[in-house]
Amino acid sequence: MKKAIHYINQFFAGIGGEEKADHKPEIREGLVGPAMALNEVLDAQVTHTVICGDNFMGSNTDEAVEMILGFLEDKEFDIFIAGPAFQAGRYGIACGTIAKAVKEKFGVPVLTSMHIENPGVEMFKKDMPIFKGGKSAAKLKDDVKAMADYANKILNGEKTLPAAEEGFYDRGIRAQVWLESGKTGAQRGVEMLIKKLAGEEFISELPIPEKDLVAIAPPIKDLSKSKIALITTGGIVPVANPDRIQSASATRWGRYDISKMDRLKAGEYKTIHAGFDPAAADADPNVVMPVDAMKEYLKEGKIGALHDYFYSTVGTGTTQAEAARMGKEIVVKLKEDNVDAVIMTST
Amino acid sequence: MVKEIERAGIPIVQMCNLIPVAMTVGTNKIVPTISIPYPLGDPQTPKEVQWKLRYHRVGIALDALTADIDEQTVFKVKI
Repeated sequence: MKKAIHYINQFFAGIGGEEKADHKPEIREGLVGPAMALNEVLDAQVTHTVICGDNFMGSNTDEAVEMILGFLEDKEFDIFIAGPAFQAGRYGIACGTIAKAVKEKFGVPVLTSMHIENPGVEMFKKDMPIFKGGKSAAKLKDDVKAMADYANKILNGEKTLPAAEEGFYDRGIRAQVWLESGKTGAQRGVEMLIKKLAGEEFISELPIPEKDLVAIAPPIKDLSKSKIALITTGGIVPVANPDRIQSASATRWGRYDISKMDRLKAGEYKTIHAGFDPAAADADPNVVMPVDAMKEYLKEGKIGALHDYFYSTVGTGTTQAEAARMGKEIVVKLKEDNVDAVIMTST
Repeated sequence: MVKEIERAGIPIVQMCNLIPVAMTVGTNKIVPTISIPYPLGDPQTPKEVQWKLRYHRVGIALDALTADIDEQTVFKVKI
């Protein structure tokens, strides 16, 4: 029987949530957490489960990858499967990072699964099949099954279909195939052209991906004459959270007056972000929203002025569409007060 | 969010730990932070050490706002 190794994070291994996200990589024989579901539907034995905390992978990537590749050196395996990571951004990036490294070092097929809003999709979809997964662990079984169905085809040496038909994100790879219709490119091209001229819908065989890069704004000429504003996606708010910003998948933002203080005090401000352990930020909110350092630079005259408010929302699980809308709303406020430049901190 | 602000012509620098994410999303000016739960001050270290680190990195971010760049840039920090 063929063999598989599965990668999961500290949460799905049952070790703990955000407070355990610094968990160092480990490998366990047999099945842990979602590996059980995977083992049931896979035409291979899942022999080991690799576990790593999401923050450890995010902040100590080289060390984590090196350790895990070390664990795998003396193991035999035919496929490596990571996740599913759903909409969990750090988990998705961890899955992509380790799967890519395993593929490069051991040359085995690697797979993972993520929700479309997971930043790991954009980062790694070219490197491996990433299956189109659900938002949350409620979809665990379906997402595992989707990966296993495709993995089984590879393990059994069966023919695989294009990304859209198999259910993973486009990788930008073109494979040469014989079409059952037998139509040549010339025929298909003319058919598309006729449809286009007739105003009918047609599907291009060469979709051009849209890339949304923003032109670099002209730099500030003289900081000492500029007004700077602070924004954070780290969920720092007054302890009562007056704007009721959500702890995840935020659709709201708030702005809070800092004109009459030297720093954000613990007990008056805290974080409501559900995506990391809040202990450090609650003990000293300035580690996320550095009001104290900005006030010091204001005193020293390095900057001309500090905008009276800082802006805050929560970045975890927040869709790009919502983030863009909130960004546009904040721009209106910044322009009203002639803000020249912005520092944004993210967690 | 970064992009909408920059699209409005306001220079912006993002201070974050997950640099590859900021690169992928399209942030133009990036200054690294030390972790996700405490970007600008490790609670395991004394307050003065945290302050030095935060003061330094925010300073780098301010200078980054004045930098004339022609591609996405991750600014170097010393502490």
